[in-house]
Amino acid sequence: MSVHKNRVGDQPWVRRTLIGLALILTVILLVIPVVVIFTQALSAGWSTLAGNIMDEYTLHAIGLTLFVALLTVPLNLIFGTALAWSVTRFKFPGRKLLITLIDIPFAVSPVVAGLLYLLLYGRNGWLGGWLSTHDIQLMFAWPGIVMVTVFVTCPFVARELIPLMQQQGSEEEEAGVVLGASGWRIFRKITLPNIKWALIYGVILTNARAVGEFGAVSVVSGNVRGQTNTLPLHVELLYQDYNIVGAFASASLLAAIAILTLVAKAFVEWRQAKSEHSAPETRGV
Amino acid sequence: MSAAAQTSVAPVRRFSGRSKRVLPGFGLSLGISLFFVSLVLLLPLTGLVVETSGMTWDQFVFTITDPRVIESYKVTAWTALAASLFNGAFGLLLAWVLVRYEFPGKRLIDAVVDLPFALPTAVAGITLATLFAQNGWYGQWLDKLGVEVAFTPIGIVVAMAFTSIPFVVRTVQPVLEELSPADEEAAVSLGASDGRVFRQVIFPSLWPALVTGVALSFTRSLGEFGAIIFIAGNTPYVSEVTSLMIFIRLQEYDYAAASAIASMVLLASLILLFAINLWQSRYLRRLEGR
Repeated sequence: MSVHKNRVGDQPWVRRTLIGLALILTVILLVIPVVVIFTQALSAGWSTLAGNIMDEYTLHAIGLTLFVALLTVPLNLIFGTALAWSVTRFKFPGRKLLITLIDIPFAVSPVVAGLLYLLLYGRNGWLGGWLSTHDIQLMFAWPGIVMVTVFVTCPFVARELIPLMQQQGSEEEEAGVVLGASGWRIFRKITLPNIKWALIYGVILTNARAVGEFGAVSVVSGNVRGQTNTLPLHVELLYQDYNIVGAFASASLLAAIAILTLVAKAFVEWRQAKSEHSAPETRGV
Repeated sequence: MSAAAQTSVAPVRRFSGRSKRVLPGFGLSLGISLFFVSLVLLLPLTGLVVETSGMTWDQFVFTITDPRVIESYKVTAWTALAASLFNGAFGLLLAWVLVRYEFPGKRLIDAVVDLPFALPTAVAGITLATLFAQNGWYGQWLDKLGVEVAFTPIGIVVAMAFTSIPFVVRTVQPVLEELSPADEEAAVSLGASDGRVFRQVIFPSLWPALVTGVALSFTRSLGEFGAIIFIAGNTPYVSEVTSLMIFIRLQEYDYAAASAIASMVLLASLILLFAINLWQSRYLRRLEGR
């Protein structure tokens, strides 16, 4: 960036103080915690770390966590894309309400989210009672874990797509209609290339949260080792057992996924900026 | 369809019948959206309504005004407020530094800001608890200063602050980027001090985004659970947050009490959500109008 000598905070001492303060706080609050995760995981050596990860229950937790993410991500990809298409390409009554409603999972405490599902689908719930007479158990089993994970992560894809699609407008797609293209063809050939990176970004965020969700899952899981224990719940179990090294071994796997998420995110942002300079960011959230 | 398209100018059609819409997929996309929203977001609310309606009014009031629960509201509210105010200051500093200056490591900081959203809350919880424990890297220094963080409400503030760091940075950053330098340069060249230019020229365009970020951070902190329970110590009347109270009632199989407390939490978060959305739409409209 070019040097503006006439702007606020350009004096060298202000500059240095603010940058220094930001660096120190970032290191204390964000960098060192990550370092701690890996030093704790490795505090008893590499072979212990490998042993902790290859533990039967840990492997099962890894498998369950990946399975849950594998089901959650496509569901929310379809929902997010459909929702973004309907609210940015058409006007209808209740459109604004719909946009606000999908933010509910961001505002609601994960524990409350888990409770809502437990009350409805649990054995005493009005729907759960009917289900249990038909021998269908959703709560305290993997379907419940998937259901609350879908709830918790459903805004991510839509939230990434809506501002971008709103800003891009629908002129290109309308041109496609005029030229006689079918709906799917328009979506594949015109819309998808335009929203590709935002879509990938939404998927990355959905996946990160699906893998790491704790509060909601912990309410509906039942925490049975080797059965309904996801990796974040496994971390808690080991920590409560005072197996600190073991807990951090599993935590280091989750931290590695988090770091991969940040790298992938930085890459997507870089590509997004390259492909369309005007796209505004609604990162995080 | 194509005849309608040729005569149309506006990209978005009125709600007056399918045939007037230019683009296909209205029925399908709205159908999927409404089905999903009803099934995933709205239907589960009925469980809460059914459960709480099984209580008498007195039972309900008794449950939500239990002294231990009241204390948890207080602790949750003030720690969330402290955490979000800290993030207001820290987030503004980070956003400013990331937008205004070039320095080595800038890209790394920009990437690492989102760590709290990427890192599972349980992992954040055990990590912070380890760091701030009496023999931990931070805890031993704070101990010498006589400050106890782990197993106190201050630990709750630390956990809440950590998990909501990105909100303020990511709402303030784009506004700072789009700020036109003209007014600022004029004010500086006329001899106004930096502090005064910041207060009178920069801050007025910044504060709506800052308030949004702090409000989002506050809302998130109110509901936080995973990061807190490991560091808070969870002492009744001292360091129990409301999410934990719901969790405890559930473990006692007292679903009615859990639901009553949850309905209060849900009400608070929905009010906050609608207030933030209203605030954002108002302030965004003003931006567009310029």
